[in-house]
Parts: sequence; structure tokens; C-alpha cells
Amino acid sequence: MSLRIVVCVKYVPDATGDRHFAEDLTTDRESVDGLLSELDEYAVEQALQIADEADSEDGAEITVLTVGPEDAKDALRKALSMGADKAVHVEDDDLHGTDALGTSHVLAKAIEKTGYDLVVCGMASTDGTMGVLPAMLAERLGVPQATLLSEVSVENGTVTGRRDGDAATEQLSAQLPAVVSVTDQSGEARYPSFKGIMAAKKKPVESLDLDDLDIDADEVGLDGAWTKVEDAAERPPRSAGTVVKDEGDGGKQLAEYLAGQKFI
Amino acid sequence: MAEVLVYVDHVDGAVRKPTLELLTLARKLGDPVAVHLGPNAEEAAKTLGEYGATRVLAADAAEFADYLVVPKVDALQAAYDAVSPAAVLVPSSAEGKEIAARLAVRIGSGIITDAVDLDASDEGPVATQSVFAAAFTTKSRVSKGTPVITVKPNSTSPETASAAGALEELSVGFGEAATGTKVTSRTPRESTGRPELTEAAIVVSGGRGVNGADNFPLIEGLADALGAAVGASRAAVDAGWYPHSHQVGQTGKTVSPQLYVATGISGAIQHRAGMQTSKTIVAINKDSEAPIFDLVDYGIVGDLFEVVPQLTEEVKTRKG
Ligand SMILES: Cc1cc2nc3c(=O)[nH]c(=O)nc-3n(C[C@H](O)[C@H](O)[C@H](O)COP(=O)(O)OP(=O)(O)OC[C@H]3O[C@@H](n4cnc5c(N)ncnc54)[C@H](O)[C@@H]3O)c2cc1C
Ligand SMILES: Nc1ncnc2c1ncn2[C@@H]1O[C@H](COP(=O)(O)O)[C@@H](O)[C@H]1O
Repeated sequence: MSLRIVVCVKYVPDATGDRHFAEDLTTDRESVDGLLSELDEYAVEQALQIADEADSEDGAEITVLTVGPEDAKDALRKALSMGADKAVHVEDDDLHGTDALGTSHVLAKAIEKTGYDLVVCGMASTDGTMGVLPAMLAERLGVPQATLLSEVSVENGTVTGRRDGDAATEQLSAQLPAVVSVTDQSGEARYPSFKGIMAAKKKPVESLDLDDLDIDADEVGLDGAWTKVEDAAERPPRSAGTVVKDEGDGGKQLAEYLAGQKFI
Repeated sequence: MAEVLVYVDHVDGAVRKPTLELLTLARKLGDPVAVHLGPNAEEAAKTLGEYGATRVLAADAAEFADYLVVPKVDALQAAYDAVSPAAVLVPSSAEGKEIAARLAVRIGSGIITDAVDLDASDEGPVATQSVFAAAFTTKSRVSKGTPVITVKPNSTSPETASAAGALEELSVGFGEAATGTKVTSRTPRESTGRPELTEAAIVVSGGRGVNGADNFPLIEGLADALGAAVGASRAAVDAGWYPHSHQVGQTGKTVSPQLYVATGISGAIQHRAGMQTSKTIVAINKDSEAPIFDLVDYGIVGDLFEVVPQLTEEVKTRKG
């Protein structure tokens, strides 16, 4: 049987654009430009490399999975054009405002329904930047987590990789099925080729709603959330500082400023 | 008074500063009960008591080092079951967030990550977060279950408050999942002798403008003169000029020092995400249009190879 890889990808507001909150204090995903989270491109890339090297005779099959609004299809298309085989889009109006605990529940259900040997995630989404979903998925699926890998490979039903932690670099090893997440140190993600973009248009995108996953609406969404944002205030812009051109004594001027601020 | 669990981050019993900050914040919510996993609990308990831990629940087992994350979750859950706390606080390290995440799923509680402040309210702790690359400040609450909250380093200054710090053994039974991911080798990071990046009062960072690994000693020289930690932009890290563990920004460390000095860094949104909340920001960049200048308290438009050596000399002279 081929190696079944599910890559979790998120559609996020463009970080270089203007990000803000909607009236209900959820992240505004409607009136802003969105895209495939750049950190999930690394996940797609590593999945493609693992698939290329898959030792099973039938190779590997990569499904990209997203939970998100209608426009999240753009993220799936991008991943398909990079080379993934098929896509699953969990889309339901009742999902609006779902938090991390709820999203992990929905993703886990969708992953189980799809069937998997390996789940590949990004290190964090660029909007929520929690970095908790992969661990939650491993917990819910009851399989090992090999997360925050900057190097990853799969051989003989075992995933191994390097995790660069705060205090140490660790080598990890776990039996499949497993959940991995990869960092932005894992290697440049490829650009979709023209051929890839054309091919992606013909690849299947399956749409699932909460009924398809046997999830009650009150387990998800803003009302079902385990957390509540009560207030969101724009940070006041920093007051304009002094900028001076170096005329040969810039270093001295800066030292003068730092001394005035009692840093020296 | 309600008890609040505080997960202890330590190196062989030496408690790290973010945990002391956590104890300080925990005291706003209740009596801190520390959870110490690994060796040298006795040594740690002294410090934890000094910073307000009434009790220190300790467990040591080979599993904590030999397998990834899950054994620690099993232990934290055992502490949770034993204490029935009002909240669970964990330092916002990569591992801390994963431990917190799995605990939240297990106990069916909401989780808030990367809080920068905590306050008590009638409806439980309110967490302050800095989001969208620090463009917004939010207040959130866990609305279901026992709040599980991870708190960023440097969120408050640690304050002592003598408490018993009574050492108690925590008995932990490991589940089947505990041995799922084996740590087959571990290479500790070498100490640079400089302050820890996330804990430092001053950070001096270098970017693409530093133009080579060979020039980074220039940045280190300034850092040493100021007693600062050294940071780097992703461009400098990706080029191989400085180790990734020093990267500041969205996919690196978040720093919030008293003083941040950016040299040869343009100030891209992903870099700003990691340093925007610094108290004072200073930049040296030869491009007057660089976005970093929008953030600065004081900026020098100039060549860092001229400005930095002069600044370093001047700092040394003034410090005597
Ligand atoms: C998902 C994602 C995550 C990211 N995460 C991070 C992150 O965590 N941290 C991070 O830093 N970046 C991150 N980035 C990258 C970020 O977008 C920028 O590419 C990066 O910060 C640029 O680094 P830089 O400022 O050093 O380089 P540049 O943008 O190239 O800027 C170099 C600056 O140096 C100046 N300069 C050149 N020579 C000199 C000289 N002799 N003297 C003075 N000034 C000089 C130039 O004028 C220029 O402004 C991320 C990007 C993405 C997409
Ligand atoms: N809505 C989503 N749909 C699919 N995958 C997601 C979603 N949210 C998060 N993920 C995955 O989980 C990783 C970590 O996300 P987070 O914990 O939200 O920072 C991301 O890099 C994705 O791989």
C-alpha cells in the first residue's frame, strides 16, 4: 500500500497586509487578502520530498487538508500546484470562530476519515502563531508526535528527524503512524511550475461539512469555543523618534543618546 | 486560597528566569504550586519557595529525557489531578506550548498561548496577548474548563515572596503514548557566556547588512561592551552567518528588552513581530527609507562598519 501522507495547511491573512479583527473579535478573514501560510509551504515541501523517497512500492499519496472559509481553497490549490495529489476542504458556516481545541477536533476527524500513515504540519500558523495544533492532533489521534523538525525522513515505517530546541539539539525517532511538524529551517519550499499550476486545476478537491465528520455544531464555532477574546486594541504607534544622518560622529551621537537613557 | 499549578523550566535543577516570572504572575491568581520534573528538585525547591511556591511537586524518571513531551504531560496531568488547581501556567517555550496543548486536550480545557500578562477576575484569569506582529493587544479568557495558559519570557520582573516551598513527591504513571517518540541523541547547546537572548535587558542584533559571518564579531563586540545578548535576522541566519537559536522574529525568539539595537536590519514585519515590544529601539542602517526607522527611538542613517566600531569604543570609554 502506498504511504498516505496528510498535510495540514492553513489559509491565513497576508502578514504584509493590514491584519485586524472583525466585530465579533475573530480574525478578519473576509476583507483582507489571504494566502497559504508560508510556514505550511515547508510542510508541503517536506511531504513532497518524503513522497519522492518513499520506499513502499506504490510510492506515496499526498492529501492536503484545510479547515477554513471558502477562500481557503486558494491555499489548497497552491499546495496542489506544488505537487500534492488531492485535497480535502472542511467548510461549514458553523465553523466560524472555532479556536485551537475545536480546530484540532475537526482536523483529527477529517484526518481519520481520509486515512493516513503520516500527518505533516507547519510549525505554527502565521496568524494565530500558537504552534499547538500538531501536538493536539497527536494527542487526539493517539499517535506519536515528532514535532518542530528541521530535518525529517521516513524509512521502513519509522520517521526520524532533528529538533533544534532552546537548550539542545535532539534526534527523534517514532513509528508510523505519526504526526510531524517541520520548521522553516527544513529547506526552501519549491515554487509551483507552470505545469504544476495547470495540473492542479484537474486534481480532486473534496468538500466536507460538519455532518460528514459527525461533529455537532455546538462543539465548534465561536459559541463552542473554549476561549474567549474579550478585547482587542490596536497598539498605539510608537512615537516618532530621532533619526540622524551619520556625518562621521554617528557612533558618538548614539553613545550620547544611550548614556542619556542610562544604558551606559 | 485557590492553588495555581506552575510548570517549572530548569536546567538540572537551576530554575530558569521565566519560571520565576511565572510564579510572580501566579500569585495574582492564587497560591503557586510548582511542578518540577527531572533531577535536583531539592535545589530547585529552595528557589521556588523564595519566589512564592507553597508546594513543590517533584518527580524524576528516565522517561522525561528519553522520550519527547508526552511523559511530561503525564506528570503534569498527575499534578493536575492531585491539586485540582484554578489554573495551569506553563512557560511559553516550544516544548512548554506542546505540553500545555496536550494537557488542554486531555482535561478538556481551553488554552491561551504567549500571554504577556495575567490578571485575576471574577470569571477567572484574564490573559493579555500581543498579536498580529504586536499590532494589537488582546485580552482573553478561557471560558471552558481549567485555564491552561502559557506565558512569554520577560512578561514581568520576578519578585521574591517567601513561601514554604514544601517538597512533595509526585507519583506518575506513564501511559502507553509516553514512549511513542524516542529521543535518540541530545547535544546541549554550548553556552556563549552572554546573557540569554529572551532574558537579556539589552539585545544587539545583526542582519543582512553585516555581510558575512566574519563580520559578526563586530556585533558581538558591541554586545559585550553593553553587556547584551546577540540576535540576528532571519536573512543573517539563513545565510549561515549566525546560529538559528539567535534568530529574532516570528519564527525565532520574541524579545522584549529594555534596549534593542538593530544593525543592518531592514525591519520586515516578521522581524518586527519578535522585537516590536522592546522598550527602547535603536537602529543603524544605511538606507534612510528602511522600515525599521518607523519604530526607532533613535536611529543613525549610516554605514554600520563605521558607526558600530565608533559606538563600541565610545561605550567602552564611557564605562571606563
Ligand atoms: C513565514 C516567514 C517567517 C519569517 N520569520 C522571520 C524571523 O523570525 N525573523 C526575521 O528576522 N525574519 C523573518 N522572516 C524574513 C523577513 O521577511 C525578512 O526577509 C528578513 O527579516 C530580512 O532580514 P534583514 O533585515 O537582515 O535583511 P534585508 O531586508 O535585506 O535588510 C538588510 C538591511 O541592511 C541594510 N544595510 C546593508 N548594508 C549596510 C551597512 N553596511 N550598514 C548599515 N546598513 C546596511 C540595508 O539598507 C537593509 O535595510 C520571515 C519571513 C517569512 C515569510
Ligand atoms: N485551520 C487549519 N487547517 C489546516 N491546518 C491547520 C489549521 N490550523 C492550523 N493548522 C496546522 O497546524 C499548524 C500549527 O498551527 P497553530 O497551532 O495554529 O499555530 C499549522 O502550521 C498547520 O499545519
